[in-house]
Formats: sequence, structure tokens, C-alpha cells
Amino acid sequence: MPSIVKPAIAHPSLARNEIGLTVRDYEGAMSTLCAGCGHDSITAAIVRALFELSLPPHQIAKLSGIGCSSKTPTYFVNGAHGFNSAHGRMPPIATGASAANRALTYIGISGDGDSLSIGMGHLCHAMRRNLKMLYVIENNGVYGLTKGQFSASSDVGSKSKKGEANTMSPIDPVLLGLSIGATFVARAFSGDKEQLVPILKAALSHRGFALVDVISPCVTFNDHVGSTKSYKSTRERLMAATESDFVPHASEILADIAPVGVTNVMMHDGSVLRFTRLPKDYDVTDREKAFAYLKAHPNEVVTGVLFTDESVIDMHEANHTPDVPLVSLPYEVLCPGSAQLAELMEEFR
Amino acid sequence: MNPTDTGNPDYFHKVVDCQWACPAHTNVPEYIRLIAQGRYTDAYMLNRESNVFPGILGRTCDRPCEPACRRGRLDGKPVAICRLKRVAADLKDDITDLLPPIPVTKNGKRIALIGAGPASLTVANDLMPLGYAVTIFEKSPIPGGLMRTNIPSFRLPEKVLNGEIDSILNMGAEIRYDSPVESMGALLAQSFDAVFVGSGAPRGKDLELPGRADSDRIHIGIDWLGSVAFAHTDKIGERVLIIGVGNTAMDCCRSSRRLGGKDIKVMARRPRAYFKASPWELDDAEEEGVEIVINHAPKRFIIEDGKLTGMEFEQLEWDESASKSKVTGTVILPCDDVILAIGQDNAFPWIERDLGIEFDKWEMPAVNKVTFESSRAGVFFGGDAAWGPKNIIWAVEHGHQAAISIHNYCQSEATSTRPVFGKNLISQKMGMSEWSYHNDYNPAHRQKMQHVDLVKRFEELDIEVELGFSAEQTAREVQRCLNCDVQTDFTAVKCIECDACIDICPLSCLTIAPDAPEEVLRKRLSAPAIHPDQALYASLPLPQTGRLMLKDEDLCVHCGLCAERCPTAAWDMQKFELVIPYAGQPQNGLVAAV
Repeated sequence: MPSIVKPAIAHPSLARNEIGLTVRDYEGAMSTLCAGCGHDSITAAIVRALFELSLPPHQIAKLSGIGCSSKTPTYFVNGAHGFNSAHGRMPPIATGASAANRALTYIGISGDGDSLSIGMGHLCHAMRRNLKMLYVIENNGVYGLTKGQFSASSDVGSKSKKGEANTMSPIDPVLLGLSIGATFVARAFSGDKEQLVPILKAALSHRGFALVDVISPCVTFNDHVGSTKSYKSTRERLMAATESDFVPHASEILADIAPVGVTNVMMHDGSVLRFTRLPKDYDVTDREKAFAYLKAHPNEVVTGVLFTDESVIDMHEANHTPDVPLVSLPYEVLCPGSAQLAELMEEFR
Repeated sequence: MNPTDTGNPDYFHKVVDCQWACPAHTNVPEYIRLIAQGRYTDAYMLNRESNVFPGILGRTCDRPCEPACRRGRLDGKPVAICRLKRVAADLKDDITDLLPPIPVTKNGKRIALIGAGPASLTVANDLMPLGYAVTIFEKSPIPGGLMRTNIPSFRLPEKVLNGEIDSILNMGAEIRYDSPVESMGALLAQSFDAVFVGSGAPRGKDLELPGRADSDRIHIGIDWLGSVAFAHTDKIGERVLIIGVGNTAMDCCRSSRRLGGKDIKVMARRPRAYFKASPWELDDAEEEGVEIVINHAPKRFIIEDGKLTGMEFEQLEWDESASKSKVTGTVILPCDDVILAIGQDNAFPWIERDLGIEFDKWEMPAVNKVTFESSRAGVFFGGDAAWGPKNIIWAVEHGHQAAISIHNYCQSEATSTRPVFGKNLISQKMGMSEWSYHNDYNPAHRQKMQHVDLVKRFEELDIEVELGFSAEQTAREVQRCLNCDVQTDFTAVKCIECDACIDICPLSCLTIAPDAPEEVLRKRLSAPAIHPDQALYASLPLPQTGRLMLKDEDLCVHCGLCAERCPTAAWDMQKFELVIPYAGQPQNGLVAAV
């Protein structure tokens, strides 16, 4: 842990966002994770994404379970709501919170242990419900907090720090999400914020459940030769299936993208976006093709927004809850009283 | 972009803005840390190495370090470096035993120094320990030069001045008082091995306007200050006009205030932004009730019945850049005395022009900018005598450089052979998240110097106005220093590109980016590069991706968090020490780094 807290003094020309905050206003407490932990980079990317989306801190709820990953909500947005739940139980807590107050932006931070072992059932059902939230798996392929055992996402053949190779096949959260019907599935790498920040912004703007699997090397227990989730190994096997950039809602701009090379398109604010065609065999809206693409590249770390479907209704739409968050409803409306209950019960007789 | 060569002492030296800006390259952050530890004598001796007169400069320095101070770019107010220097000087113990030993057996070389001001005294200070016999020729009955005659005692107490001059004279320099050199030819005939001219710029500029010759109440500023210093003058009229707005003008107006002046006006031709005086000297003068009048150009002295009664000025209106003006009217201001403080010139009527010492068309000697040697071998110039009025700290640096030349000359070495700067870099890591320096950023504001109250200070001419920092003020001010000499040292081959340093840096100094020309990279930094004169560090290509680690040195607070969050110790905090060569020291000042 650092000897001092990050000094409050900031660069004098730090930009301010639409609500007048600087990126420093989205920071949290000092990280107590190991120096060089990928999770800290993800934290910084989340800070950047929230700043760029101009989200008011008090409208954010950050939730987590147990693990190194689950410590990280403390390290961003001091002004947000937070809930640190039991191991693997973050999705049901998020579901309950969202049911009561749909006005907040929900950010769940989990790890490969929390999401793919003890909490996997809850994760699957949150995806099934299409709960509107950003769900980040800080995936390092190791139980860091208990000193380096293999986790459910350790690759076959990946070596522990002492040299043993893992023999059990891994659970890939992206394939899990695709197979179970998740409506936004992406993968990124903590060491590449240029890709991670736009993916997080897109995920935060998704209609339903947005699963973002981020390969996040554990510098202490899983960054050695032979590990498949080290900085070096991940960098060597990175393969972007899609180019990611998040474009905020605005009037439509039509452009023809050249079949090869880069096409420049001027945006509303005068900036220029550079477009390249996706690989011919990739379609971000086709679940089966996404699945097949991943299966066809088993040795690469395929990254990008891999699948998205904005047509599926989220939990609130499915349950016809009012647009007004339930917490804001007057008590008489929320709870019409025993006479109404008796009437309802009568209908079931 | 080419990888930065941090092996060159200049790179890290430039990061220590104060040290880089100081003509004598005083190691400011180190002496501030010594003060913080209560090691005042050590802080004083460290100062003395480079600037020789810490007590004098701690009160009177022009402070080129302070506008350069990184702290000023962060919270608007630089560290009060000068005031802290005075703290060290005021609280030091006896330093006699710490001064270099003077050889009993001399080396047989005799050096003549003309004038006992800061430049000559520095030459003596550097050469005496090497065994030279030094003779100083001084026209006054006491030493100090313009430090004594031009700086009033309410700014620089005599005790401080005498103490620091004595520490040099006590090394055994022979000093001949009341001995103006009237002929350079005669001096050269005395077969000194080398001659150093440190006679200053002793001639105050005059103002030839109608009426100038008709009154004895029109004074030349530096001459008048000299006669006050020697107690030849002890009063002045109630209404005084000071012409000119440099630091000499400030000393004149404040001295006038103590000698009977009540209505004192400093008359400036140009607007305030173009004044030569240091802002703090203007503030101090105004605090004492001196009025500063801008946009007035002197036109004539008004003499009635042989008596000075006033002065006529043209009122000026300047364009935006204050380069062109037009006269909008005239005004007469009544006065009893006028003091002219419009600059000073060198004067060498005593140097015969047939000695091989060349002078240019402005009657200035031709002096080599590096060796300080004149066109006659063995004759050197320094201080104001070389290129006109500067200030004490420049005179000191001239003295150091001239001493190197004189030593070379006397040892039959070319004067153009200059010793080079060396450097030491030593890791400050003491353990996990432990550093040997105080790395936290302290948001304290610059401490304000307390002054003697406005009634009491005028009772005697020599009551020092500035009280110096209290213990509490010192304790707060030292923590404002950012320890810029504790450098962020990067080893590219260790970096795993985890981004931890970039994420933690409070001032967004760090960036990892693909290689590109410097001007392109400067546009891709985490935060905009707002001072292009500040260095951009670029590493060797990083092992995993070949990108570069970049650091904009501009606003780094040297908190060391990059090094604390680095998992591989690719970043380290290393204390940089500039090894400054002086006369007679090894040509290459390099000391092996740990």
C-alpha cells in the first residue's frame, strides 16, 4: 500500500465534463491491491468512462462480492452508493436494488472466482433476466486473495507460480454469456485502455445486462512464464475481433465505409472517426457466428464488443414496472393496503 | 523521438528548475531538506559552496530561482527559497572549522584582485585554499564594494556583511584599503602572476536636462547611497523625487524615508509591468508610504533663485506593448531633492589603452564569455566590471569561473579547458513504500515575511526591516518544496506496461505511446503539455510492445507514487546531485554512483 494518499493537487488544464467535474472527481480511495495489479487499470478505465459519460456520482451504485476484484469498487467514485455483498451474491443484490430504484446506474465488479465458481448460478440468472447493469469480470485466472490456486477460468496447460500445469478445462465467461442469452458480451484487456474505455462506455449505455470480461493479470501469482494470463502472454495473443468506439446519441451521419483501408467520417463535434471494416467473417449482431468465431480462435485472446442485441427487453420492461423508480412512489401507491390485498387474494380462490 | 539521455547531467539538472536558474547552481532542494532537519550549519555550508555569501544573498538576492520554481507553476507562489537561505545563515553555528584549510606553504603564485566586492572575494575564496597569495586593492576604507555602499543597512545589516567577508579575508588575503588602482600599467609592472578586475560598475548615470548643473540637491543614486552608508549624508529634504524605478531607486526612496523624507515619489516613464525593480522591493517601498508614479518622463529641473523647487515632467500615454508613447501634457511636481537612479555604467579611466586590453566602442572591455579573460593574457574581468550591472549572485558565479581560469593560467593549462559538471544519482528507497525524503504534497501557502512595525523601523537607519521567518513559518515553508532533485528514474527493460504509474500519477505526467516525433508526442500526452520549454522524457522502446514511456517533467510533484505502484521497480526515485567543479578540483567531477 502506498505511503501517502494521492495528492489532491491536479493538472491545471484538466478537462471538465458536461456536469462540470474533472476525471479526478471520479476517483476513490487509494488501492490496497498489489502494485501493478490489472484491476487498478480497470478501475482507472471505469473512472475515465464514467467521467466521459458525465454520469453524476450520486446516481451510480457499485456492487461487488468477495475477492481482490471485489475490493475495487472502493477505488472509484467516492461519491457513489456501494454494496459489498457475500461471495458470489452480488447479482441478486443488484437485482433487488435495481427493482427498487431503476434510476441508478448499476456497476457490478466481480472476478473469475466470484462469478464462475461460487456465484455462477446468480450470474446466469442475472443475464437471463437482462438486468440493466454493467457487469465486469476482472479475470486473472487465479485465486489471488488465497495465494495463487487455479480458478475456473485457468486455461488447460497454464502453469502455476510453482510450475504445475492446470488440467481442468476452463469456463469462458464470454461463451457462457453467448450461450445463455446475454444481450451484450465483450472482452478486453486491462493493459489496453484505448479499447477498454469505449467498451465500458458502450456497456454502460446498453439497454440490458452488459457482460465485460477483462483479462486482468495478477502480478503476484499469475504473471510468470508459462501463465496464459500474464501481461506478456495476453499481449502476444491479443486479437481484436471488432474495433470499438462509443458514439453518443446524436443525429444520424451516413457514410460508405470502403471495403479495405480506413474511411474518415466527420462527427458532430468536428472530430474525425476512422472506420475500418470488420473482419469479413465477423458480425457483432449474430450470436451463432460470434460463438463460432471464438471457437475458431482458441489460442488467441479475442477482444472487442463481440455480441450485442439491443432488441431484447430488460427486467423492468418484462415486469411492466412503472417508469418512476419504486422508491420514489408514495407509500400508498406502492402498498395499496390490506383491503386491496384481500381483493387480489379473492381472485385466486 | 530519440530516447532521453539521462546520463548527461544537464537533463536532471534542468528538472531542478531553481538550481538550473541559479547562476551559481546552488543545490536548493538539498539545503531546504537540511533546514527541515534543523541542520542549519550544514545547510549554510552547502549554500556557501556555490554562492559564497548565503547570509547576504538570503536578504538581497535577485532570486532568479523563485520565478523558475516548479511550485509556482502549481499553486501560483514559488517556495520562499531566498528567505529559507537566510534562516540557515541566521541559525548556523560557528563555521570556522568547516572552512577549507589554507596551506601554510604557498604555491608561489601572486594574484592581484581589483576591488573588494563579491566577484573579487569569490576569486579569493576559491584560490586561497589552493595556496595562492592574493592581494586585494580596495579604494574604500572597508571591504564589500557595492554590497556595502549600495544596499542600505536596513536591508543588509553590517554584522552579516562583515561576517561573510571576514570569513574570506581571514583565509589570509592581503587587502590594501584606500588604495584605488590609478594605473593598470603600474599594477602590471608589479609582476603579479594574474590580475582580476572586479571593480564593479561604479558610475551612476546622469541626466542632462536644463537646470541639472544649477543645484547641489540633485544626487546620483549610487553615490548618494554610498555617502549614506559612510555616514557622510544623514538628512534629506521632506519632498524627494526619485527618477527611475529599478532596485537602486527602491533603496534610494526607502533610505530617504529614514533621513527625513516625508513626501517621496518614485517617477517611472513606463507602466508598472515594465519596471526593473523586483516586485517584492516595490511592495516594501509602497508599504513605507512611497508613492510610485507611472508614465512620467523628466523634462527639466526647476531652479528658482538658485534653489531647486521642483521638476517638470511630460505625461505619457503608451501603446499596448509600451514601446511607443505620446505626450499628453506636462506637470510640475515640487521637491527639495532629486535622486537619479537610472542605471550605472562601467568606467575604466585607469586602464591605459596601450596595454593590450581591448575595449569596444562603448568603452567596455572585450571579455571572453567563458574564460572571463581579457584580450591580454593573465588579465581577467568579472562581476559588473565585465559586462555591466547584474547582481551579486552573477558576480559570485563570475568569480568562480574566473578562479578556474586563473588557476589554469597559473598552472600553464589553457584557460579554455573547462572542467565539466558531474552527477550522482542515488536511490532513495528505504523499503516497501518507504523513502528517505518527505514525499507527500503539502498544500501550505507561501509564508509571508513579517516586518518591523512602521513606526519603529524608522527610528534608526540600520534597523533591519525583515524579521526573518519564525520557527513555525520555516517549518511550513520547507514542506512546500517539491524535492525536484529526487528524480523519477526509469529503466525501460523492467517495464511490463501494467499502466499502474500512469493511473496513479496525480498530475497526469505519464503516458505510454507509440514512437513518433516529439512534437507529435507532445500532443498525445495524458494531460496537455502547457510549458513546451519543459523537458519531455522518452524511454527506450518498452520490451512488450515497443511503445515509449513518456514523462512531461513540467508539473511532477516528485511524490514517488509511480515508483511505489511499480511492480518491477522500473521507476525509482533517485536523488540527483550536481557535482559542480571549482578551481583546482579534479577536471571531471564524476563520483561513482551507488
